[in-house]
Amino acid sequence: MPALQQKAEIIRSEKLTDDICRFTVQAPDIAADSRPGQFVMVRAAEGMDPLLRRPFSIHQVRDGGLLQILLKVIGKGTQALSKMQVGQHMDILGPLGRGFTYNSKHHHYLVGGGIGIAPLLFLAKQILKKNEPSTINVLLGARAKDEICTLVDDFAGMGLEVKVCTEDGSLGKQGLVTDLMAPLPDENPAMVYTCGPYPMLRAVVGVCRDKNWACQVSLETIMACGLAACLGCAVLRADMNGYVHVCKDGPVFNADDVAWL
Amino acid sequence: MAVEQPDMKISIGSLRLKNPVMTASGTFGYGEEYASLVNLNLLGAIIVKGISLLPRKGNPPTRIAETACGMLNAIGLENVGLERFLSEKLPFLQDISTPLIVNILGDTVEDYQQLAKRLNEEEKVAALEVNISCPNVKQGGVAFGTDPHMAHAVTKGVRQHFKRPVIVKLSPNVTDIAEIALAVEEAGADAVSLINTVLGMAIDIDSGKPKLANIFGGLSGPAIKPIALRMVWQVAENVSIPIIGIGGIATPEDAIEFLLAGASAIQVGTTNFINPKATEEIIHGMGTYLREHNIASIRDLIGRARHT
Repeated sequence: MPALQQKAEIIRSEKLTDDICRFTVQAPDIAADSRPGQFVMVRAAEGMDPLLRRPFSIHQVRDGGLLQILLKVIGKGTQALSKMQVGQHMDILGPLGRGFTYNSKHHHYLVGGGIGIAPLLFLAKQILKKNEPSTINVLLGARAKDEICTLVDDFAGMGLEVKVCTEDGSLGKQGLVTDLMAPLPDENPAMVYTCGPYPMLRAVVGVCRDKNWACQVSLETIMACGLAACLGCAVLRADMNGYVHVCKDGPVFNADDVAWL
Repeated sequence: MAVEQPDMKISIGSLRLKNPVMTASGTFGYGEEYASLVNLNLLGAIIVKGISLLPRKGNPPTRIAETACGMLNAIGLENVGLERFLSEKLPFLQDISTPLIVNILGDTVEDYQQLAKRLNEEEKVAALEVNISCPNVKQGGVAFGTDPHMAHAVTKGVRQHFKRPVIVKLSPNVTDIAEIALAVEEAGADAVSLINTVLGMAIDIDSGKPKLANIFGGLSGPAIKPIALRMVWQVAENVSIPIIGIGGIATPEDAIEFLLAGASAIQVGTTNFINPKATEEIIHGMGTYLREHNIASIRDLIGRARHT
């Protein structure tokens, strides 16, 4: 489906922590076409500095043409966006890229770390349309409690079992999200859907290989256009002989299609 | 009498364009990528991603970095190669009424000649833009664009094998861009386009390393506009073939500045990434400018700032 550009009015702005916020915008045309794992490019500011749009995975799509993004302040682009107010308009381009593929044959493991949890909520909702909650396990990791407590509630509110760990032990078990995966029974066939920082993804892929679980990863890179024009978002292919592009070939890849360095 | 419908048509050699706004190579894919966002049939010309004889993988990541009012790129000329361009990309472009300009690049004069020869057979290819200036590849491109003799040789080679207009895209990373422009004019170029990206770099102070894997990259975006404008002015002073201005053009006002400096047409590059509708907006805005200033033809703007 083709990408669209919309000036989307901000309907709601939630501050989840000091540096994480969730925006709900009215973007009916983009929302109608969006699938879990796809992303949008958001204009950071009206001026020329910061210049480039910023990519965000689609966090949720809600009735009434609403679309949500989850934003963590990491640079001047996200800083500028985080200050936007209800009633202002976000310039959004999307939906972009290839999302997650899912069916009813697998047991579903949703494994998210930090801000990478963002696309998994939308995915869970879509899987639940045709599957029982018991077919889904949600495993979430973060540095500390405040980063994820709202998101944990969102998953739990859908009737899902959520296992949580934090690096500082402030919520759930102290440790990494892969620690939550290791003791799980080998439900087969299983599909793991994961998104988070690169070292976490690499570790999750490692566990999946040990357990012989299929795995889809959502990757994040710097990108300028999101439209496969700039070719800036290259990632090394599994055969190490050339590149795939996160914006067009991804952002969701089968874990075996990309190199893990 | 007030100008109601200003004449936006311009010529580049024998090429007639409905307006002077083109898409810069490497910022607009092969056209199809932008089809849902821009009315491709409104554009003056579409210049597609640079094509080499064989596919190129490009540079390792990280390939891009944002800088103040600009961005650095070291894509490394990744492209699908001539054959896949012809079989996979050209069919879509056949149905677009806008003239297609194919940007070509190579390692040797013979590469450029082969590309020119094969593309000459494709009626849809209205003109070639010869990339002699990309600063990202350690061999090939950089040498042609920085040496008047090599630039001359490549231009002449393409000229011999391509019967429609040949545009040569110039690098700003030279001491005297007018000298290169003169050399390619003398070799038979129908036009020059300038500027390509400005060589630069950025360092990540947390890792202590260059942000780009290639260390150096090409700076583009609004940050380079004054440099580009100055170079268009200098080249206009020295050559009589048409000039296509490129470099940080984001608004109709930017485009008009380039025409006033001596450009006959302009290309929109990095701005396509940020505002996919920019080309359409610039075409519209230039028309408005002509009406507001009661100027009958866009051609009346070309070089006007030079005559005062």
